[in-house]
Amino acid sequence: MSLTTAATLRVVLYEGADSAPLASTDRFSALTALLEKGFAVTRAVAGGRVAPHERGSLIVLGQFAGRTPEAEGVTAGTIVRFQDITGLDAARIAERAEAVQTETGAARHGEWKPWFPVIDYDRCTNCMQCLSFCLFGVYGVDEQNKIQAQNHDNCKTNCPACSRVCPEAAIMFPKYKAGPINGDEVQASDLGKEKMKIDISSLLGGDVYSQLRQRSDAAKARFSKERDDKKALAERQKCLTKLASAASDIPAEVLMNLPSPEEIMRRAEEAKAKAQAALAANRQ
Amino acid sequence: MPDAPRILYCHCQYAQVVPPEVKEAVLKKLSDSGVAFDAVADLCEMSARQDPSLKRLADGGPVKIAACFPRAVKWLFHTAKADLPLDTAEVLNMRVQTAEEVCAALFNGAVQPNLPKGKVTGTDAPKADA
Repeated sequence: MSLTTAATLRVVLYEGADSAPLASTDRFSALTALLEKGFAVTRAVAGGRVAPHERGSLIVLGQFAGRTPEAEGVTAGTIVRFQDITGLDAARIAERAEAVQTETGAARHGEWKPWFPVIDYDRCTNCMQCLSFCLFGVYGVDEQNKIQAQNHDNCKTNCPACSRVCPEAAIMFPKYKAGPINGDEVQASDLGKEKMKIDISSLLGGDVYSQLRQRSDAAKARFSKERDDKKALAERQKCLTKLASAASDIPAEVLMNLPSPEEIMRRAEEAKAKAQAALAANRQ
Repeated sequence: MPDAPRILYCHCQYAQVVPPEVKEAVLKKLSDSGVAFDAVADLCEMSARQDPSLKRLADGGPVKIAACFPRAVKWLFHTAKADLPLDTAEVLNMRVQTAEEVCAALFNGAVQPNLPKGKVTGTDAPKADA
C-alpha cells in the first residue's frame, strides 16, 4: 500500500461528560505511550476546541464507568470504537489502540523513517536541478510541470545530497541536524557557501558520470582479468567509501547502494530528459 | 469573543532532533493544563502520508503549533495539500526554544503569526549578522 492511500486511525482521549478525568500522571503516561506508538491523539475536554473528524476510524478512550457515550454526527464510513480504560496502565491502553488499528486496517507507524525532501516553494525557481540530480526517482513534476517530491519512500534516509545542489536552498529535510537544510531561515551566506553547495561531480574532480564511466571501464578490464567477484566487490566498496568520506554527510550506505555505473547513466539520462521536457514546457 | 486558537503538538517521534526534555516538558504542561489539544506522533510522517487530518488541522481557524522551524512546518503542511493560514498560524520551535518559552506562547491566547510569507529571491535572504 502506498504511503498516501493508507487508512488512518485517530485516538481520542475523552475527558468530557460521562467520563471521569484521568489522574495527571496517568494521562501523561497514556499520551506518551500512544505517541510513541505513532498514534495521533486528541485530548478532548468539555468546551475545548480540537480539529473536527471527517473520515477514517476513531477510537475513543475514557473512564466511562459503564456508560458508553453515544457518538454524534458520525459520517458514513467512519468506524468508531469506545474503550473503557478504567484501571488500565499506559502500555495496556496502547495495546488496545493497536488492536483497533489492526481491526480497522489502519496504517502502522514507524516502519519507515519519514526522511524526504520538503520543497520551499517561496524559494524554488523550478530549475529542475534536483530532478536532474536525484538517481532514486524521488522527484517528478505535476501537471503544470512544477517540481514535486513524488516518491517519498524512495529517498535515502539521512542523505541530504539534493538539498546541497539546490541553488536557492529551497530543499529542506526537517529532520536534518543543521540549518538551513532543517528549515531554519536561509541566510545570504548560505547561498554561496562552499559547504552548502556540494557539487558531487567536483568531489570526483570532474563530471560524475564520466568518472563513473571511467571507473566502470577500468573495472570491466580488471574484472575480465581477475574474474573474482569478491575482489570486485571489495574494490567497489573501497571506492564508494572514499566518496562517502569526501561528501561528509552523505551516508556511506547510500553510496554503497548506488546502482551500477551503467544503471546510473541510464537513470541520469532519464532524469535529465524529464527535467528538460519540464523546462521546455515551462518556456512555452 | 473570537475562538481561542487550537493547539497542535508534534512529538517528532522518528528522529532525535528535538531535545527530549523540551518535548517532554511541553507535553506534560499541556497534559496538566486542562485544555483540549491535538497531539501527533510525527508531522513529517503525516505529511508524507498526506494524512487528511492535517487538512482538518489547517482548516479549523487559528492554530498554535509546537513543532520545529516555521518554514519547515509551513511546507510540511503544503506537502500534505493542507496549507496553513498565514495570518492565523503560529509555530513554536521546540528545537531552539525552551519549554517555558513554548508553553508561555501556547497558553497566552493571542496568535502571533510567524509563517514565512510569499516568494523570496536570493537577494531577500537576511544577512548572517542582521
